[in-house]
Formats: sequence, C-alpha cells, structure tokens
Amino acid sequence: MTAIISISGLSKTYASGFQALKSIDLTIERGEIFALLGPNGAGKTTLISAICGIVNPTGGSVTVDGLDIAKDFRAVRAMIGLVPQELATDMFETVLATVSFSRGLFGKSANPKHIETVLRQLSLWDKRNDKIMTLSGGMKRRVLIAKALAHEPLILFLDEPTAGVDVALRRDMWDIVRAMRESGVTIILTTHYIEEAEEMADRIGVINKGEIIVVEGKDELMRKLGKKQLELHLSTPLEGIPDALSPHDLQLNEEGTALVYTYDTRAERTGITSLLNDMREAGIGFSDISTTQSSLEDIFVDLVEKSQ
Amino acid sequence: MNFTAVRAIYLFEMSRWGRTLLQSVASPVLSTSLYFIVFGAAIGSRIESIDGVSYGAFIVPGLVMLLLLNESTSNAAFGIYFPRFTGTIYEILSAPISPFEVVLGYVGAAATKSIVLGLIILATASFFVDLRIEHPLVMLLFLVLTAISFSLFGFIIGIWADGFEKLQVIPLLVLTPLTFLGGTFYSINMLPPFWQTVTLFNPIVYLVSGFRWSFYGVSDVPVAVSLGMTVLFLLVCLTGIWWIFRTGYRLKA
Repeated sequence: MTAIISISGLSKTYASGFQALKSIDLTIERGEIFALLGPNGAGKTTLISAICGIVNPTGGSVTVDGLDIAKDFRAVRAMIGLVPQELATDMFETVLATVSFSRGLFGKSANPKHIETVLRQLSLWDKRNDKIMTLSGGMKRRVLIAKALAHEPLILFLDEPTAGVDVALRRDMWDIVRAMRESGVTIILTTHYIEEAEEMADRIGVINKGEIIVVEGKDELMRKLGKKQLELHLSTPLEGIPDALSPHDLQLNEEGTALVYTYDTRAERTGITSLLNDMREAGIGFSDISTTQSSLEDIFVDLVEKSQ
Repeated sequence: MNFTAVRAIYLFEMSRWGRTLLQSVASPVLSTSLYFIVFGAAIGSRIESIDGVSYGAFIVPGLVMLLLLNESTSNAAFGIYFPRFTGTIYEILSAPISPFEVVLGYVGAAATKSIVLGLIILATASFFVDLRIEHPLVMLLFLVLTAISFSLFGFIIGIWADGFEKLQVIPLLVLTPLTFLGGTFYSINMLPPFWQTVTLFNPIVYLVSGFRWSFYGVSDVPVAVSLGMTVLFLLVCLTGIWWIFRTGYRLKA
C-alpha cells in the first residue's frame, strides 16, 4: 500500500492558548479504513479540520496524494469529502438541491446520474424532494454523507459518524462505509466507541490530549485493548493470595473480599477454567462473580503509562 | 478559477431569494411606494420644485439609494451569516475555492438582487412621478457600483455579526439615519451653512448626489467627487474582506 495522506509535525494552538494538536505525525494508506480513536476533546476533530482547511494549523505540513494542502488547496480539497460531526444542514433546502449544490461547490459539472446513485445508496432517493428540516436526525446524517460523496472524492472523512445514532442506523452506516471502501475510497473516521473502531477499521490510531499515542493494525491493537477482568467475590475474606493460586495472575482487593483475574478474551485459553478448578481444590468459595471490560479510559491510562 | 463553484453559490443564493419573494421584493416595493404617495403626491404637491425638479421626482434617486443600501447590506450580511449560524460554512471552507470566489458568489448574488430591486423601484416610481434620466449609463454605473460596494460591506457585517441582532444594527441604526440625513428628501443647499459642512462628512451624501445628477443633471457635490467616493468605499470594503480571509477572522480558528 502507498500513503495517500502524510502528516508531519502538525500542530495547532488555539487563540485561547489551548494546544489541541502537539506535533502529529501520521500516514494514511491508500484504500484503507483508518479509525482515529480518542475521548472527547482529544483533538480528533481539530486534526480533521486542519487537513480539510477549516482550521489553520499552527505548524507542520500535510500532503495529500503528494500535494501540499495549502499550496495545492484546489487539487487537494477536490479529492476530499468531509462529513462533519454536527448536523449542519441547509434546513430549508430539498435533499436533491443541497446535494447537487455540494457537487457544484466542489467544481464538478452537474451529473444527475451520479447524484441519483449516491441518494439511492443512502436510501435517500424517495426523500429527494423533501425539505431537510422535515427529516429525522439519522436521515440528516445520511444527507451529510451524500453531500460529501456528491463530488466523487477519493478520501472521505467521517467525524463521529454514529454519534447519537440508533443501533440499526449504526449498522447501516457501517455497511455504507464498507461499500465506499469497496469502491476504492480511503476512509478516515473518528470515534470514541471501541466497538466501532473494531468493527470497521483496518488500522487504528489512538489520540489523546493532542498526541497520537499509538497507531497499529486493528488486530494487534485489539489484542492489547481486549483485556477483561473477572471479579470473584469471596464467601470468606482472605488475608493474602494462597500459594495454590499463585500460578494465576491474580490480585486481591484491599478488604480481601474479592479476587480480580485479568485475562485476554482473544487468547486461545483464558485460564478461567483452571483458575476455578484450583479454587475448588483449595477450598476457596465465592458468592458472586462479575466480569468487566476495561473501558477506553482505562486503556488510555494504560497506553499513556506505557508510552512514558 | 472555479466558475462552477461560483455559479453554485450564486444560484443557491438566488434560489433562496426566489423562495422569499414576498418578503424580499414585495415589501421593499410597498414601502417605497408609500414614500412616493406620502412625500411625493401628498406633501410634495405643496413643496416648490427644487433645482427645477418637482419634489416627487426629486426624491426618487434618494429613495432608490436608500433601498439599494439597505437591501445590499442586509442581503449580503444574511447570506454569509446564515451558513455560519447553521454550521454549513464548513462546506464552503473545505471546498476547492479561493476566498475571492466565495465573495464573488455571495456578493454577486446580493448585488444582483438589489440591482433588480432598484430597477423595480424605478419602474414603480415612473407610475407616480414624471421620471427622466439624463445620463442612463452613469445612472447604471452608480447603481451597480453602489450595489457591489454595499454588498461587500454587508458581507463584512455578516462575518462580524455573532447574533441576528448585530445583523440589523448597522442597516437600521447607521445606514437609514445617514441616508435620511444624506439629502434623500432635500438638497443640502437648503441647510444652514454649518450643517452643510457637517453633512459633507456623511458618505451617503456623495452617493445620493451623484445618483441624482445622473437623473436630472443637478447635484450637491461634483459628480466626479461622488464617483471617487463610491470607488473609495468599494476599495475600503475590499481591503476589509482581504484582511478577513487572510487572518481567518471569525471564519477559521
């Protein structure tokens, strides 16, 4: 694969002094789905906005298909479609009018056939003559995607495409994104849902406080992120971890009332069965059992600690 | 030059106008007609002619100018403010178009609207008064230059405004008073000498005076000065817009 976007040393400090991006280096491969994963305020939107020309970067450079985003802004922007996070639409316009407008705005001559294809693909064709203000939130998001696709971009940025979207529509959205990729479009999406990144992405970049902490293939990263914890609430409190259980990676809580076992759901063996067997043999009973998946927050803390 | 994009913005803005014809055309035509009836026909019949022009006819250029300034400013201001308000400005900013092309689309549409309105008002006026235009080309030149200048001015207001109230403040509190005091309804020669001098600091005086000269060949200030002031205002607005796009003021973080 070859790089389609190369970001080097990209930084952004807002007038308020807030440093949203701290020297970002990142490469996006042609034809991939890249997920930018991070909590709210991590700099995801700022990064996208800087590439698309909505925010002026403070430093660094970005090239798209070998062209500089500032010097060759026309050629670069013609290649890019952007679906913003906010549902910003021309509410008094019809779907067809607003999508056709987008195509013209990006310098492409009218092509009703392409617009029809896009609208059908997004199940908007029946709504083409409806005013946008009459549409539901999910439909409005589809309109924004249609607008971004109207000029046949090579690269599609989706900023939180499924924020506030119901489960069924989220599935639809994922199908749409996959279909886009099939047609050769490179897709960069931001999300703060791990499952979304897991479902969609070929590669994942984790961003936190304006810094890219890690960029890795999905499988590799999910192995790291996919840790779960099993909590066994003991019938009788323990003072320490018994020798019989020492082969297992266990932790005892402060009160000695629960054992916490960390395991990897993707590993061939989780080790849960043998742990439970050893506990029975050692005569340690438990009254309750629960599992928790490490939250994105935990993962960030983990990643940040590791990177330091 | 991305003509397709300029055309898209221009047509988008014109179609917005088309949707609100009642508000955007009928209302200014009605209010201007009321001026003609009240000042031209009712009161004007008791006022002597000014510089050999009947009072009803005398106020026509000033009224057209009043409409032109208000419509150009508010149309262009609203045109660029609305996408900022709804957030759809992201698309304009991320499109492969230069600032000049953005301005051309928005200001071109706003200026077109007010030129069309100005011509409609002139046609309406001809029903009420005996209208004559001695220098039609100069008249058109003033009409077009003023429409463009004040549409640029409106564009700046639309970028500066951070609420709907601010959009209205300049047209209502600055432009309308300046136009009323700028010789729309009287010749500044009718004022005491002191106020004549004060009035010369009002830029609208030059627009109204030059525009009136193109109709009746009489003016308060030399027509070349009027033209010079109009072009100067145009350049000032262009500089303002150049600065806005260079710094990203209220458009880009």
